[in-house]
Amino acid sequence: MVEAITVKRRGALDHRLETINGVSLQPAKPARRVSLRAEPDGLAPLSKALGLDLPTKPKTSALADGRSALWLGPDEWLVIDESEDAEPLKDLAEVTVLHSAVDISHRNVAIIVSGSKAADVINAGCPQDLGLQAFPVGACSRTVLGKIEIVLLRTAPDTFRVECWRSFADYAFSYLSDAARGV
Amino acid sequence: MLLIHCPYCQEERPELEFRNGGEAHIARSRDIAAESDEAFEAFFFIRTNPKGLVYERWRHIHGCGRFFNAVRDSVTDKFLRVYKAGEPKPADVMKNLPEHSAWENIPPADQNVETPARDRVSTDGEA
Repeated sequence: MVEAITVKRRGALDHRLETINGVSLQPAKPARRVSLRAEPDGLAPLSKALGLDLPTKPKTSALADGRSALWLGPDEWLVIDESEDAEPLKDLAEVTVLHSAVDISHRNVAIIVSGSKAADVINAGCPQDLGLQAFPVGACSRTVLGKIEIVLLRTAPDTFRVECWRSFADYAFSYLSDAARGV
Repeated sequence: MLLIHCPYCQEERPELEFRNGGEAHIARSRDIAAESDEAFEAFFFIRTNPKGLVYERWRHIHGCGRFFNAVRDSVTDKFLRVYKAGEPKPADVMKNLPEHSAWENIPPADQNVETPARDRVSTDGEA
């Protein structure tokens, strides 16, 4: 007798969802991610292929059609696409100008931190100024959270997206929920 | 916590995001195999390590990832200037400083302090 085998991909933070002191922590849904590196002269064709303007100003991001590009360094961007059938890597494959695009969809997971005290919770482990003046909506930065490196993106005045490596996801989630108990 | 100005991010960031990269402006020879042992030792191991102004490489490793150079006072830990990698040593950093600061390497004789007399070591009674 042959038994049907079904294989299911499990996320690193499946079924973890917490609301503590008005701050909600929830794993973001799966997304396509691309680590993109290019010289300034490649920006125009790459922006065209991605369908958004790659930001050139430090700490800024661009968002179009569910796809966002985060400035991480003078020649480095993180492209995140949450739509179902998005293929940012395929869109970039046609570009002939010198660049490097690596699919890191499964390297990262993201935690959505939202609530009026979201910034305080993240500040428990992140030393950056997260006031709305210094870190407005759309601002993004690679930084630290406790002992790990994260990429932080503010999607709304009281909502942050915390991107971390998959193997650090448990640490990041536990750290944030501990911090939420203290605010 | 120190706030370090990153010339690429164009703002001050907490020191936890940075990592020190050792002394700056040490050029590697274009033909390293032709270097004499003494010249290689000087390039590879010997650092100035002054008390006072140091020219250092820093890396914004948990930020934009870029190396840059900084002029720092090794006594007060104060960053006097940061500049992008590849730019020459800023010449005017020294000019804006007071002539005699505590951090300067002033010989003891010029410091208006008496050199402590060394205790005489007695050798009496030793075998």
